[in-house]
Amino acid sequence: MSSLVVKGLSKYFGGVKAVNNVDFEVQKGELLALIGPNGAGKSTCFNMLNGQLAADAGSIKLFDEEIIGLQPRQVWRKGVGRTFQIAATFTSMSVIENVQMAIISYHKRLLSMLPFAGSLYKEEAYELLELVSMEDQANRPCGMLAYGDVKRLELAIALANDPKILLMDEPAAGMAPNERIALMQLTADIVKDKGISVLFTEHDMDVVFSHANRVMVLNRGEVIALGLPSEIRENEEVQSIYLGTGAVYDEELVGNA
Amino acid sequence: MDFLFIQFLNGLSSASSLFLVASGLSIIFGVTHITNFAHGAFYMLGAYVAYTLTEAWMGAIGFWGGIIVAAGTVALFGALIEIILLRRIYRSPELFQLLATFGITLIIEDLVIQVWGAEDLLGRRAPGLDGAIDIFGQAFPTYELVLIALGPICLCALWLLFNRTRWGVLVRAATQDRMMVSALGVNQAWLFTGVFTLGVFLAALGGAVQIPRDAVHNAMDLQIIVEAFVIVVIGGFGNVLGAFLASFIIAELNSFGILLFPKISMILMFIVMALVLVVRPYGLLGKAETHARTALGNVVRPLAPLTRKAKNWVLAALLVFLILPIFADDFVLNVGSEILIFALFAASLHLMMGVGGMVSFGHAAYFGLGAYGVALLVKFLNMPMEAAIVIAPLLAIAGAIIFGWFCVRLSGVYLAMLTLAFAQISWSIIFQWDDVTGGDNGLLGIWPSEWASNQQAFYYMTLVIVIAALYAIRRIIFSPFGYTLRGCRDSLLRADAIGIDRLRIQWFGFVLAGSFSGLAGVLYAYLKGSVFPDYISIPLSVDGLVMVLLGGIQTVAGPIIGAGVFKALSTIIISHTEFWKIILGAFIVILVVAFPQGIVGFFLERFGSKEEDIAEEKQ
Ligand SMILES: Nc1ncnc2c1ncn2[C@@H]1O[C@H](COP(=O)(O)OP(=O)(O)OP(=O)(O)O)[C@@H](O)[C@H]1O
Ligand SMILES: [Mg+2]
Repeated sequence: MSSLVVKGLSKYFGGVKAVNNVDFEVQKGELLALIGPNGAGKSTCFNMLNGQLAADAGSIKLFDEEIIGLQPRQVWRKGVGRTFQIAATFTSMSVIENVQMAIISYHKRLLSMLPFAGSLYKEEAYELLELVSMEDQANRPCGMLAYGDVKRLELAIALANDPKILLMDEPAAGMAPNERIALMQLTADIVKDKGISVLFTEHDMDVVFSHANRVMVLNRGEVIALGLPSEIRENEEVQSIYLGTGAVYDEELVGNA
Repeated sequence: MDFLFIQFLNGLSSASSLFLVASGLSIIFGVTHITNFAHGAFYMLGAYVAYTLTEAWMGAIGFWGGIIVAAGTVALFGALIEIILLRRIYRSPELFQLLATFGITLIIEDLVIQVWGAEDLLGRRAPGLDGAIDIFGQAFPTYELVLIALGPICLCALWLLFNRTRWGVLVRAATQDRMMVSALGVNQAWLFTGVFTLGVFLAALGGAVQIPRDAVHNAMDLQIIVEAFVIVVIGGFGNVLGAFLASFIIAELNSFGILLFPKISMILMFIVMALVLVVRPYGLLGKAETHARTALGNVVRPLAPLTRKAKNWVLAALLVFLILPIFADDFVLNVGSEILIFALFAASLHLMMGVGGMVSFGHAAYFGLGAYGVALLVKFLNMPMEAAIVIAPLLAIAGAIIFGWFCVRLSGVYLAMLTLAFAQISWSIIFQWDDVTGGDNGLLGIWPSEWASNQQAFYYMTLVIVIAALYAIRRIIFSPFGYTLRGCRDSLLRADAIGIDRLRIQWFGFVLAGSFSGLAGVLYAYLKGSVFPDYISIPLSVDGLVMVLLGGIQTVAGPIIGAGVFKALSTIIISHTEFWKIILGAFIVILVVAFPQGIVGFFLERFGSKEEDIAEEKQ
């Protein structure tokens, strides 16, 4: 069964076809990797999926329900969580408060003015932090975290509304290699445990090929290959795009979110 | 028909001066990203200096030479200010820059009075151009024709400067990408100085050419700066052609508006601005800012609940306020009530800008609406105090609901300008609608009920209401709603991604802040027994900003302490000197440059616990 069915998704910036007629499905419970060189259109895809960017054409169905045209907050309420290529958190709050905010929002208590926000859903938030091994830093100001930790915090936040599908744009960017593997392993465990689906992008091919169930390759806005990791690894067109430019394992590149 | 054409020409000639001022403002903003509040003061200074020079020098050469020399002198003065002051604050948050330049405005206003006196001055007519020509049988002053030509001439000159000279091309490059220009090996500091000088020259020229038309007076600055802001916002910040278009629109609007709607002519331009902003949030020809900045900079220190030590301090302060009437006389109690009222005003502004990230340059609007709410209820319905205190804030709330709906759609300096515009709308309605509001004379005879009529009883009533309101504000800040509001300030992207409806939250926050401000205004009306248009004016809005910054934006207690210190100081200083504006202006400038973290921030940094400890204490 598919959680997400995308058909003919397109976005043009002036003359640039950032995303051009893209079709794919995300199966329930799978980890689908979206790879491609810088500027391939991965983030643009993500931004359309969660409603942050209006698509120029196409359809996005979440469990058979059309979600194109919805605001990001509406898409989120339907069970789509997301992390950003350049992490976005509430920097004036502590780590645990960031997670609490997401839970408060999930329970639709954003407008309430009587309780203290700091004492609401503290246990639930703490559990989520434990899940991403951030419980030690629960009370640190979020603005003071190391970059890799912010990424893990984002994952905890994204899990706060019991999502059915997670969109993770370069979740491991800025992390050390062993941290990356750990984070993806963690994600894979969560996926298995909770039965959610994940669509993620990642520049480190080792991480991609060892964790993804399937891999989709985007180049200049078009899907050029979609299949099992072993198939993609052998695909000549993919190899020429990557090996030809030598850009494959470039970990330094953190593009626009 | 002929009459309409003359009116059209009148509009054109005002447009030129407006364009000179607005284009200068726009150019400065485009390159340095400073929103120069002092621009109106430079305009005024241009007019005064030109007055002196043209009185002293004879003939046509003397007249035009005087005007040019006046503009040049003021431009040099502007350059000096840029070098001494602005260079220190280019990296500061927008709000600080706005405030610092407002401080300069205050200083110049007072200096002008010291040098030229408080009387209006009538300038000399331009030699050879003091006649009139016949247009469709109507006499039209020749000088106005010169002014009409001046606008397009300056537009062409600016175009040539920016497109045909190396310096101009560099300035344009800097408008697009400041990093690139420094990469080209250009001395950025002097480029900024040059641009600022040019902008000030244009403003001063705009003021100088006015002298044969209008009297020179010491309130010209605020009048023109508000119009110039409106024009720049309509045209798009940093866009000279936009400023030209908008000057034309506003000048014609003023010219015909006064015929069609004499009572509300002043509001028209604000209505046009609000409409333009809703359709095109960056003005007619403006583009979205590439590097959107937060008006207050990033806040890293989380708000923490009170520590035990802090709680003791609060209790001690409360105790002092409680027993104050035992040993204080009526004057002190009166000042005490005023301090309490302004503490509420400052706290409500802090809720909006510190917590909500929406910097308001027009927070006095809600204060004034609350005060006038009382005055009208008393005047027309003879309503008793107990009822009026509850009902009058509704006027402020209504204002905040309407104004807030527009404001939350913008951010940063555009939002600040729009709040300023709405405050001016409210001010002009009150100022122009004499029959109901008493206009300039205000409304008198607003007395508290019998039981609260002595100073002591009124003080206690104020104390109870203000403490309750401050407690409510504090609770709101730490409630889920307050956190949500803060979240929208920290990261819109994240807020959106966890299901927060930003517009609704900020709108609601805006209205809450407005209603507390309105409550403060209500109390103030009863304290003073009268209301005046001052209660809604720009200076009062700025006082509020100064109180918040003085105390420190990063804590809940800061603004309250800031209000107390500010009011106490101003009461003392005003009674000892007539240079109040110079002192206040210098005070603001020093505050912004040297103590941007405010009193409470300063003490926390010095003696307080580090971030880590605060976090620990929260557990
Ligand atoms: N707001 C925008 N306006 C104009 N062009 C844009 C915009 N956003 C993205 N683009 C362009 O669209 C293309 C796709 O960009 P996108 O950020 O989606 O790539 P990406 O695959 O995420 O790259 P990276 O690996 O660097 O993150 C690029 O050519 C980019 O320059
Ligand atoms: Mg990307």
